[in-house]
Amino acid sequence: MESRSVAIVGAAETTDLGRIPGLSQIQLHADAALNAMEDCGIGPGDIDGVATAGEAPAGIAHYLGITPTWVDGTSVGGCSFMLHVRHAAAAINEGLCDVALVTHGESGRSRVGRGGFAGAPASLPGQFEAPYGLSGPPSMFTLGVLRYMKETGMTHEQLASVSVVQREWAALNPRSTFKDPITVDDVLNSRMIAYPFRLLQCCLVTDGGGALILVSKERAKDFPTKPVYLLGTGESVETPMISQMEDMTTSRAFKVAGSTAFEEAGISHDDVDHVMIYDAFAHLPIYGLEDLGFVGRGEAGAFIEARNPAPGGPLPVNTNGGGLSYMHSGMYGMYALQESVRQMRGTAPAQVPDAKISVCHGVGGMFMASGTIIMTNEA
Amino acid sequence: MPDDYKGPVPVPTPETQDFWDGAKRGELRLQRCDACKNVIFPPRPFCPACASRSVSSFTASGRGKLYSYVINHRPPPGFGPDPHAIAIVELDEGPRMMTNIVDCEQTPEALLLDMPVEVAFTPVSDDISLPKFRPAGG
Repeated sequence: MESRSVAIVGAAETTDLGRIPGLSQIQLHADAALNAMEDCGIGPGDIDGVATAGEAPAGIAHYLGITPTWVDGTSVGGCSFMLHVRHAAAAINEGLCDVALVTHGESGRSRVGRGGFAGAPASLPGQFEAPYGLSGPPSMFTLGVLRYMKETGMTHEQLASVSVVQREWAALNPRSTFKDPITVDDVLNSRMIAYPFRLLQCCLVTDGGGALILVSKERAKDFPTKPVYLLGTGESVETPMISQMEDMTTSRAFKVAGSTAFEEAGISHDDVDHVMIYDAFAHLPIYGLEDLGFVGRGEAGAFIEARNPAPGGPLPVNTNGGGLSYMHSGMYGMYALQESVRQMRGTAPAQVPDAKISVCHGVGGMFMASGTIIMTNEA
Repeated sequence: MPDDYKGPVPVPTPETQDFWDGAKRGELRLQRCDACKNVIFPPRPFCPACASRSVSSFTASGRGKLYSYVINHRPPPGFGPDPHAIAIVELDEGPRMMTNIVDCEQTPEALLLDMPVEVAFTPVSDDISLPKFRPAGG
């Protein structure tokens, strides 16, 4: 960081210190944040970067009403906030955000509303979601889809076609878990998991791993591999509670992350040769194609049913077979990145001829977070 | 009912106590920003739209419409063997909340999006009643 390039302009502690049994842990964060905003005369709408530890950055951002373009949840103990300040300086210099908020709050003595894991009974999800008979992501991630179908007219058959098309890609990939062809009828006759979602519309559960090594553009010349350059990046978070999404038929985090990455890359959708969209469930490519701007509102179901993203189609999507057929260990984003790299190196099992730009789009939690990485093999 | 409910029981925090106290009395409590009139849920002592710390609780109508749902065919322990709907209700005052739909067949034919619903509190402990919803007038 260049000296004097970033300054601290607002600073405050919580209104009270010591014993504060009247505030939960998340409200301690908020109380300090509101005081710091007041200190420098801004509001939540002026803030576009959030870093915190102890609570999740998505929880703090949504609680305060912030739509971030940068978040940092680095959690390394008591010095986490020094690291957040450092990261915030880098983010500001890089243009990832303009106004970064770093918060701390800890009900260390009174232990009020102190989560330890998502869904703790005093957390907001624990109070307002957990009591209604949830069985994990299949019963939650999917909650907005009937609404989406009613508003756009997407059919069950169109939703099923996502799994069918991705199985076609998987058949071309020797490392795929499932390779046998399936039909729309197969999907619609598979076991019901959480209506309207059936087994073949839910991701696999497998073991695996992946890693990436990044260096500067200059240093890349020293390596024997074909360099894959980062062309654009984006990130955002919305809410850790799926019931509190602004609109359950579209992801605000997708839109912010995607548009940020496209703007940074300076490309249009017509320039894109290859797309990966994290598919924990069959509706994610639907939401992704629309929220990233590849198709208009309500058009993704018909777009996929017409085989545009299929082998031989004009916009290859999830060419490894995706989380639905390739593999899904739980945090699948790494595998989407690996496939984008393979496509840019020209080494993918189902290689897209002459692909020069790949868009790799990930989700975190259940529409809680999103990250978009655009890669190219042209220097 | 308290005696046979085995699911998770919410633990109120200072910011949500009014909501759960209201639920126990059979009232659905929401908050409204005194400055910009934004209606707030889940409860918090400020407005996420304008950052005002001046918000007031009020008893909501308890009416809304069915916004979306899934029918969970793999109920967790404590929820019985039958598929049940996990629903999102949009309240007349604006906010949405997760809930269950009671007094209604748990089928796509019976659970129609946008059908009017009204709150029906279900006690799950001595202190906690969950806001569930049933078809309005049904």
